[in-house]
Amino acid sequence: MASLVNELVAAFWLAGDLLAGGDAQLYGIVVLSLQLSAGAVLVSTLLGLPFGALLGLGRFPGRRVLIVITNAFMGMPPVVVGLFVYLMLSRSGPLGELGWLFRPEAMVVAQVVLITPIVVALSRQIVEDLWAQLGDQLRSLGCSPLRAVPTLLREGRWSLLTVVLAGFGRSVSEVGAIIIVGGNIAHVTRTMTTAIALETSKGDLPLALALGLILILIALLVNVAADVVKTRAQRLEG
Amino acid sequence: MPSDWKAEPAGLLPLGFEAACYAVGKRTLLGPIDCVLDSTPGVHLVLGPNGAGKSLFLRLAHGLLQPTGGQVRWATEAAACRQRQAMVFQHPVVLRRPVRANVEYALGLRGLARAERHRRSEEALARAGLTALAARMAPVLSGGERQRLALARAWALHPDVLFLDEPTASLDPAAAAQVEALIGDFRARGTHIVMSTHDLAQARRLGGEVLFFHRGRLLERAPAAGFFAQPATREAAAYVRGELFW
Repeated sequence: MASLVNELVAAFWLAGDLLAGGDAQLYGIVVLSLQLSAGAVLVSTLLGLPFGALLGLGRFPGRRVLIVITNAFMGMPPVVVGLFVYLMLSRSGPLGELGWLFRPEAMVVAQVVLITPIVVALSRQIVEDLWAQLGDQLRSLGCSPLRAVPTLLREGRWSLLTVVLAGFGRSVSEVGAIIIVGGNIAHVTRTMTTAIALETSKGDLPLALALGLILILIALLVNVAADVVKTRAQRLEG
Repeated sequence: MPSDWKAEPAGLLPLGFEAACYAVGKRTLLGPIDCVLDSTPGVHLVLGPNGAGKSLFLRLAHGLLQPTGGQVRWATEAAACRQRQAMVFQHPVVLRRPVRANVEYALGLRGLARAERHRRSEEALARAGLTALAARMAPVLSGGERQRLALARAWALHPDVLFLDEPTASLDPAAAAQVEALIGDFRARGTHIVMSTHDLAQARRLGGEVLFFHRGRLLERAPAAGFFAQPATREAAAYVRGELFW
């Protein structure tokens, strides 16, 4: 017990040292992690919000099946996604020509596959609830379901921000998929989570813990920032 | 900013219900209804206890619901006629944007140019006494103000026929009076009003023709004065006395 406490204390000190010292390798890892998550969240949001809205508003055959599938895909095991993307991008795979394997591009692809179902499923629910509330009035005004997509995405913007944050949370904390398709190569595809996995397996627990603390700190900061933006904007909107 | 629009419901009406029904599963909630509404009385009051089918009747007429049996037919073809109607609901639905933008949004859906949108929305907000609140976010308005905004939005559309589904049911008397005054403004423009209400005093004030519904059927139809003085059916008589609750 005492040794664990000691290790934790040591980790705090090390984390502080690493941050304060401007360790170049650490910053490289942190920056890559954030770029990766930002890229994956951006792509997933651009794909997922309109698709989720269409799924919420549209009435077409196969809709219920699609909804069940996206809901199920929210809980997809990352390693399976990683394996699937690996097969797609490997030399002999259908997308091998791209040469993305063991590069950040592959990690973005894997995370997009992981996050998009979350964005689709949650935004579908939000938009569907809004349509139940506003649909009669909007249709009375002559608004078709297709035309309602941008209206309702705007109407639900603050709930949808939470959806994007959920996607970011999943992305920044995920390790199974990106370690398979990225390979955890120093300076190229090493992120905070893959570095933690590596340092832990090497037995360098203080460094792993320090990275973990930084990761939690970053997740916290992103959410605090989003919350500040949200409350400010909501106050402006009354 | 004077506006000189004039409603012309004559081309749109009569509205015909031909054995129109609305059923969910095996339960028929409304109908079969056979009736023709023409523009002569100016106001059609849809009365009846809760669950009588008043809202369904309005939604079928406005085209928000399709009859599951029979037909609902306007005098002109479907595409053009929705553009000439508007509807105001019991719980006013406003978008999370400023008051003015709520009106302009509706006009944008009609494909009106920016200048015209602006002109019409300013005029409609002035008419509804909302000019001072034009920049306020719509969701923070009071219930009465939101209902006036819903009416202003309808006003800006210059409707020939206006449906109102218990527009004052959740308002206090002062707000209800303002809403009634706005309904009067619509009538002065020639807009044909089809309105459901639970407020019998209000129904008496508005006059026109009464359509009395009970358990999904159109039971009685008569000019308002006659309906209130001498209801023809037992159910309507009980309703007018305030004794029929469902």
